[in-house]
Amino acid sequence: MIGTFSIAELGHYALVLALVLMLVQSTVPLLGLYWRDQRLVAVSGSTPIAGFILVGIAFAALTAAYVASDFSVRNVWENSHSAKPMLYKVTGVWGNHEGSMLLWVLILALFGALVAAFGANLPSTLRARVIAVQGWIGTAFLLFVLLTSNPFERIHPPPLEGRDLNPILQDIGLAIHPPLLYVGYVGFSIAFAFAVAALMERRIDAAWARWVRPWTLAAWVFLTGGIAMGSYWAYYELGWGGWWFWDPVENASFMPWLAGTALLHSAVVMEKRGALKVWTILLAILTFSLSLLGTFLVRSGVLTSVHAFATDPSRGVFILAILVAFIGGALALFAWRAPDLKQGGLFAPISREGALVFNNLFLVTATATVLIGTLYPLALEAVTGQKISVGAPFFNLTFGPLMVPLLMALPFGPLLAWKRADLYGATQRLGVAMIAALVAAVITYVVAGGKGVLAPLALGLGVWLIAGSLVDLAERIQFLRAPVRTSWARFVGLPRSALGTVVAHAGVGAMVIGIVGTSVYQTEEIVSLNPGESVDVAGYTLLFQGMSPVTGPNYREDRAQFLASRGGAEPFSMTPSKRFYMAREMATTEAAIETIGFSQLYVSLGDEIEGGTVAVRASYKPLVTLIWLGALVTSIGGALSLTDRRLRIGAPKPAAARQPKAASA
Amino acid sequence: MTRKQRRLTMVAGAGVVLTLAAVLVFVALREQIVFFYSPTELAEKQLEPGTRVRLGGLVVDGSIERGDDGAVSFAITDTANDVVVAYRGILPDLFREGQGVVAEGLLTEALHLEAESVLAKHDENYMPKEVVDALKAQGVWKDGVGLKQ
Repeated sequence: MIGTFSIAELGHYALVLALVLMLVQSTVPLLGLYWRDQRLVAVSGSTPIAGFILVGIAFAALTAAYVASDFSVRNVWENSHSAKPMLYKVTGVWGNHEGSMLLWVLILALFGALVAAFGANLPSTLRARVIAVQGWIGTAFLLFVLLTSNPFERIHPPPLEGRDLNPILQDIGLAIHPPLLYVGYVGFSIAFAFAVAALMERRIDAAWARWVRPWTLAAWVFLTGGIAMGSYWAYYELGWGGWWFWDPVENASFMPWLAGTALLHSAVVMEKRGALKVWTILLAILTFSLSLLGTFLVRSGVLTSVHAFATDPSRGVFILAILVAFIGGALALFAWRAPDLKQGGLFAPISREGALVFNNLFLVTATATVLIGTLYPLALEAVTGQKISVGAPFFNLTFGPLMVPLLMALPFGPLLAWKRADLYGATQRLGVAMIAALVAAVITYVVAGGKGVLAPLALGLGVWLIAGSLVDLAERIQFLRAPVRTSWARFVGLPRSALGTVVAHAGVGAMVIGIVGTSVYQTEEIVSLNPGESVDVAGYTLLFQGMSPVTGPNYREDRAQFLASRGGAEPFSMTPSKRFYMAREMATTEAAIETIGFSQLYVSLGDEIEGGTVAVRASYKPLVTLIWLGALVTSIGGALSLTDRRLRIGAPKPAAARQPKAASA
Repeated sequence: MTRKQRRLTMVAGAGVVLTLAAVLVFVALREQIVFFYSPTELAEKQLEPGTRVRLGGLVVDGSIERGDDGAVSFAITDTANDVVVAYRGILPDLFREGQGVVAEGLLTEALHLEAESVLAKHDENYMPKEVVDALKAQGVWKDGVGLKQ
């Protein structure tokens, strides 16, 4: 009994200790640098690890309270239920405001600890500064958790039963989505810390980009996965069959992704050619600023959505203060110190660098349009009181057109040489890809029955990206131009980052095909059916056989039986349902989804009208799975690139090489 | 090309892209945004039929009528005025009489909406923010208490 009583206090205590350590981490290494005291600087090697362990203890304590269904802890009472499956008891830890902020801090502490543990090849002054900046962020967010969002608050007397987790969050997709997303968001804090540290040092070189890139890449891989996961969750759980709504909360995670993608590409230029230094620093600051903005939008309650767990003005003001302090501070430092950074690396507009600048220009402009679309309604309501909604039509008109030139130009980039390139030669080599894209467009046009030209062209754009990536690969291994054995040897010896580029870009192509396929060619039927009646959609016949009640652990459901068939093929059953979660008195729609190739048949239920008649939404979504598979392939490409030898063992070399130069300067 | 010319080329290119993006944003903000109204505001403004609006309020008790093939109509009120909404499709979970909802679509008459989407609250604690504000304007909502009986 004593054990369960004290576990929450233990967690709270560990969190307070972690705050103390974060304060040490924020200040002592910098004082050490100022006083030239190596012992103080060395603090940066150990405090982040200890801090991570302490936050880990706090997180474990909260998890233990959830597992034990200790309803004397307010947070557990508000978000858990004794009958909830164990998996959702655990994932419920971050299915609420307090717990998810604790997860945020845990991941931040983890990244700090990783820099401390694996940053041995960094110059000690840079490492000390990076870790101190991480400490500032950690301090701010730990204060936020402890002062406004304490997950360990007790209630007396303890209630007998909890209020359960919001049912739509009781899902495996949503269990994984926040941790992935947070690793992405928070991972960009490392790039931010490196940027601020470099500005403090007034020195930045190609080695800096080489150190920052793996952290940014890792964060980006997770963020890509997290966004895709959230999209798939919305698709199957919300019962509308939509995969992206341009909801402000989605935009909040999409903006750091766009900026982070730009950062990955500009860091390549900086690493390889020493150019775009100032720009890369600015992007690193902006990317994490957008992560903070995302946290603010989601956590402050300025937006009401499923993500805004609670609305408490003090929290909003606190995060806004963090936001202003970090973004404002970093940009001020940038304005002050950036002119000191030396520019380097000349290049012609038609060159690999030029292509990457093109990429950055479009990605950053696209980020800006998403930012405007997300913040404009908030600003307008604050200023004039008018309420508006900015939805998909706005983004289709602004974001969409910006993506077209970017994606059209994409396959050229990897084929252009650094410094000065031959556009005509690249175009010739891409001839095969152009033909493939046109053939795909013509086939789509014919299959779709000759309606519309834009959609087949857009689908051809996806094929262009995939074929272009393959051309890049073929060029690198001299496919068909050298003997097969030579090509194979070249393939095996190919740097992982080059392979990663090919894979990631092909993934984008798959995503484009999936988006066009579903958005343009989906067919949908909304009907009311009695048992024995059927509905036809895209050649499939769905026979409604009747409803049957089912009881789950913490819900009841009405399950509909459908028999789906097409021509003479083996019929299969589909069972969409309506669930009713008792504790929250809340209903959810569980869609039935059948995957056929890359396409899906999607059936969801509306209300039961009367006497067994039920409203049914049945749709056929061509190529829809390519959206998420493409995103998965893209993040696998990023992960492949992360395993590049250069990023692991190449880093110390430039650092060593720089020493004599620095001495002679 | 000299360094200066190269820089100029790039700045000019960036300028073109940014200008185009700005034009797109302005056009989209003029034409693609949707204003939110309460039933009372709609009654006062008398907007043209065909205007796209978002409308929020409570579903009037006993107003839900279901036709064939998923067609449904109901009235939305802010207690002072009512607007009739016609919708074809699947209503969200938790769409019930007396609940706060937001409907978006085209006006067919001043107080008649052909909805393309209907959103309801997510759980028993949450009322769409626009609806709360519309109810506050009628003096029938109190923070922390909810709808005054």
